[in-house]
Amino acid sequence: MQRIYLTFVVLFLFIAGASAQTNNKLVAASIARGKTVYLQRCMVCHQADGGGVPKLNAPLDASTAVNGSDVSKLIKYIVKGFADRVEIDGELYSNAMPAAADLTDQQIADVLTFIRSNWSNKAGPVSTLQVKQTRSKLK
Amino acid sequence: MKKVTQFLVFSSLFISMLLAHVSVSAQNIKPDEDNAGLTLPKGFAALKVADNLGRTRHIVVNKQGAIYAKLERLDNGKGVLVLKDTDGDGRAETKTSFGNYTGTGIAIKGNYLYAASNKEVFKYALNDNGDIVDENAAATIVTGLVDKGQHNSKSITLDNAGNIYVNVGAPSNSCQEKDRTKGSMGMMPCPILDSAGGIWQFKVDQLNQSYASGVRYATGLRNVVGLDWNNQLNQLFVTQHGRDMLNNLFPDLYDTTISAELPSETMYAIKKGDNAGWPFIYYDHVKGKKMMAPEYGGDGVKTVDDKYINPAMAFPAHMAPNGLLFYTGNQFPARYKNGAFIAFHGSWNRSPLPQEGYYVVFVPYENGKPTGKWEVFANGFSGKSVVKNPRDAQHRPCGLAEGPDGSLYISDDVKGTIYRIMYQK
Repeated sequence: MQRIYLTFVVLFLFIAGASAQTNNKLVAASIARGKTVYLQRCMVCHQADGGGVPKLNAPLDASTAVNGSDVSKLIKYIVKGFADRVEIDGELYSNAMPAAADLTDQQIADVLTFIRSNWSNKAGPVSTLQVKQTRSKLK
Repeated sequence: MKKVTQFLVFSSLFISMLLAHVSVSAQNIKPDEDNAGLTLPKGFAALKVADNLGRTRHIVVNKQGAIYAKLERLDNGKGVLVLKDTDGDGRAETKTSFGNYTGTGIAIKGNYLYAASNKEVFKYALNDNGDIVDENAAATIVTGLVDKGQHNSKSITLDNAGNIYVNVGAPSNSCQEKDRTKGSMGMMPCPILDSAGGIWQFKVDQLNQSYASGVRYATGLRNVVGLDWNNQLNQLFVTQHGRDMLNNLFPDLYDTTISAELPSETMYAIKKGDNAGWPFIYYDHVKGKKMMAPEYGGDGVKTVDDKYINPAMAFPAHMAPNGLLFYTGNQFPARYKNGAFIAFHGSWNRSPLPQEGYYVVFVPYENGKPTGKWEVFANGFSGKSVVKNPRDAQHRPCGLAEGPDGSLYISDDVKGTIYRIMYQK
């Protein structure tokens, strides 16, 4: 009985490890695709270092909102744009964020996953499903 | 009669002493050992007049040498700083402040100081010492100007006929139906031009003027931050920030290199009624042509040859000319007299190429016209040999002013450093 139990544990660990590995590979692929989107659509304003432009374009690196758990807010910024004059981490930014509604659910998930894991950011990935669900509520 | 002669002798002695003091002062002031971290042409030296002042935008120096600096963010609730050098060492020893509004523009004409918020222009009387008579007695001469965040800073200059000129930047990149949105086309006509995207002229002696009582002196100017009245030519000159993001908005027409290098930043000599063409055109200094904007049917090839004025000078893209000053002093060598200094705040939308600007240039003039060649005059503000990301720049030049002895003052709006440049041979 004990042996069977042990086998189960070993098997479980093996599967969990393998799926974590698969998951890591998926996230890495998403980050790579997200980087391409970032370079084409985001970098000109938010910069290569994610630092934004003081007073004009908000930084993504070390940003509270970017690293926060409310991913739906980030998805909304990309789909709908962001034109409100609000303080972000104690600073006002005067350029409006344009909507990038032409991006697919996967592109948005990828670029957010890239942004949330790049520079000093250490937040979790965003899935295509999360984007799809949030987006359907926005319409 | 004897008394009169005595008085004349004494007063002329006194005046010549004063003049002597002014003319040699820059020679006696010791510059910073490292020239305040700046690289300058041979014979020039620099010092930091003051540091850590906050976001100092435009500056002006009164006849007595005191500096007035406009702040973009309030310091202890105040938006205008007054800096005085009380011991003649060139550095400011005292700092006072007044005015409860943020902004950019500041100017002195005659016995009045003018300061701008992002919506208004205020006027203060100065006494014979160049001090504000009553800082609580500001007269609102202009009010109700467009302030929608983007391009909202108001710069000011005055002519010699009782007029003040105020830029109203367009709250838009290129008048697209959806600002800065990929593929969005330009509005026709561009409704922004009714109340922004130009220079407005107002009277200095009337209160509460706005669009209805002012004159739209020039239009088609996206965002002017540097402007100065050229007293030699008796004409307004302005420096425009050109449009952004040709590649991001129209990737099929412009690659990232073209988007980094175009359009030109431009300086215009303005006559009343001029139209510089924004948002319908942008300037290409490589081709020397006015190009049709992609939002209005342009493709990077189509030019527009009529309707709009040509720039007096064009510079590489995105460097952000924030300060313009025609030098009228005698301290600098003769070639600088009546030429233009331009403070370039530095670019942000040239990536993936390195950023550019973050320096002050000199534009030589001959016979009332720029020679067409410009040169970097003061460099090193950023503290970096190459600025890849704007947040890495330690200082960014913004405002320019000329002191009574002909020294050039430069403000920085990152750390709030005021530099003084002197010619010491």
